[in-house]
Amino acid sequence: MAEVRAEMVANVWKVVAAEGDHVDDGDTLVILESMKMEIPVLAESAGTVATLHVAEGDVVQEGDLIAEIS
Amino acid sequence: MLDSVLVANRGEIARRVLRTARRMGIRTVAVYSDADADLPYVREADQAVRIGPAQPARSYLDAAAIIEAAGRTGAAAVHPGYGFLAENADFARQVIAAGLTWVGPDPAAIEEMGDKVRARNLMERTGVPVSPGSREPLTDVAAAIAEADRIGFPVMVKAAAGGGGIGMGVAASHADLRAAFETARSRAERFFGSPEILLERYVQRARHVEVQILGLADGRVLALGERDCSVQRRHQKVAEETPSPGVSAALREQMLAAAVRAGEAVGYQGAGTVECLVDTDAGSFVFLEMNTRLQVEHPVTELVTGIDLVEQQFLIAAGEPPSFDPAAVSSTGHALELRVYAEDPVRFLPGPGTITQWDEPSGEGIRVDAGYQAGNTVTPFYDPLLAKLCVHAADRSRALERAAEAVAAFAIAGPKTNLLFHAELLASPEFVSGDYDTSLVSRLRPG
Repeated sequence: MAEVRAEMVANVWKVVAAEGDHVDDGDTLVILESMKMEIPVLAESAGTVATLHVAEGDVVQEGDLIAEIS
Repeated sequence: MLDSVLVANRGEIARRVLRTARRMGIRTVAVYSDADADLPYVREADQAVRIGPAQPARSYLDAAAIIEAAGRTGAAAVHPGYGFLAENADFARQVIAAGLTWVGPDPAAIEEMGDKVRARNLMERTGVPVSPGSREPLTDVAAAIAEADRIGFPVMVKAAAGGGGIGMGVAASHADLRAAFETARSRAERFFGSPEILLERYVQRARHVEVQILGLADGRVLALGERDCSVQRRHQKVAEETPSPGVSAALREQMLAAAVRAGEAVGYQGAGTVECLVDTDAGSFVFLEMNTRLQVEHPVTELVTGIDLVEQQFLIAAGEPPSFDPAAVSSTGHALELRVYAEDPVRFLPGPGTITQWDEPSGEGIRVDAGYQAGNTVTPFYDPLLAKLCVHAADRSRALERAAEAVAAFAIAGPKTNLLFHAELLASPEFVSGDYDTSLVSRLRPG
């Protein structure tokens, strides 16, 4: 199980992937927004999105879990 | 003279405007969102009004809440700063309709210049050079491709209603253009509420140089020198200097004259900025856009001219003459501004956080316009500008030295900052030589 975590405090602008989706390394999972910049959060390995821990409009803190890929 | 003013902004620019207002004996009103209640500008104003939650749409972009705050506090005028509602003609009209003084140009001038396509067309008619580009706004990709073929690749793709580098991209081929057009259109829709796109011929080795203008109450338009803003990341400025090391005396004279014509064409009153691209190989320039408000980097002009631009904005809004003799404006020495952003110095990604240490440099020729102090939290809701570190010295090499010392003396802990990037910039041979262009940062950060 690979964990994907937030690199910074941000708002979740868009959730691109859904639980159960197959993703490849480098695919966009969610797009965060911080300080007027959009920051895509990417899958770092291929697999299936097992759980998504965020929804659009959420605020994430640095280190918060965004998704788990199995 | 105005007896009171509400500053419809936050952070460093609210604080900077409030400082001049206070010096002029104008009563000050600040507005703030829940995220900013502890910032220095809120405490330094005579009165402060909460206007909403952290989200900009529900606070600093909420025109009704701001005008209501002005009414409640009896403020006589509204100063918009930059960003947020500063270039919103409808907001300016609402301020005026509420019986308040708008510290800015006529709403019609804001509108004329806010539409980048209209502004380009007007400049062309006025005899101000523009690059080959679209004369009509574009909304579909097929039309954009036909237009790009006419203009000639590479092209710059940008939002017609936009600014701040948001959504901008360069396209060298049809495939590039399809992608850049989609990105620009979706960002334009989201950030500016209009999907209209403008294409312009892209200049390869370009400097971004702008002219500060001031439209006086008697109708005269003055040009107060230029600023070089070629140090950019993601098409956004990171450092500025005046005079520009890449502009000859002859080119400067042409640019200043063109900027005055641009201002006159819209009956401009107050402080404004005419942004140009200088083709470093050809030694020529074209008009990019006009910003109808106080510019972020206005301090460098203030440092070399000794003119307080915010003071002139207040005087002009009140229908009074400027505080200086327009026939005797001179520029002394060299000034630099370094934007201290809450972002990492390598990838330039945002790094908000709580400030545990904030020690500013001070001394001769050093000016820091800061929005924060120790104990404040930098939130993800607004732009990453923490402070503007400005230096002034007798010449460019001494200004660079002074800037390097000031950067080394600036200590901020908590959020990430780009201070290390500035140290690197000031030591880079290309920047030090003065012979640089808008691709400088990408050469310092390849890949």
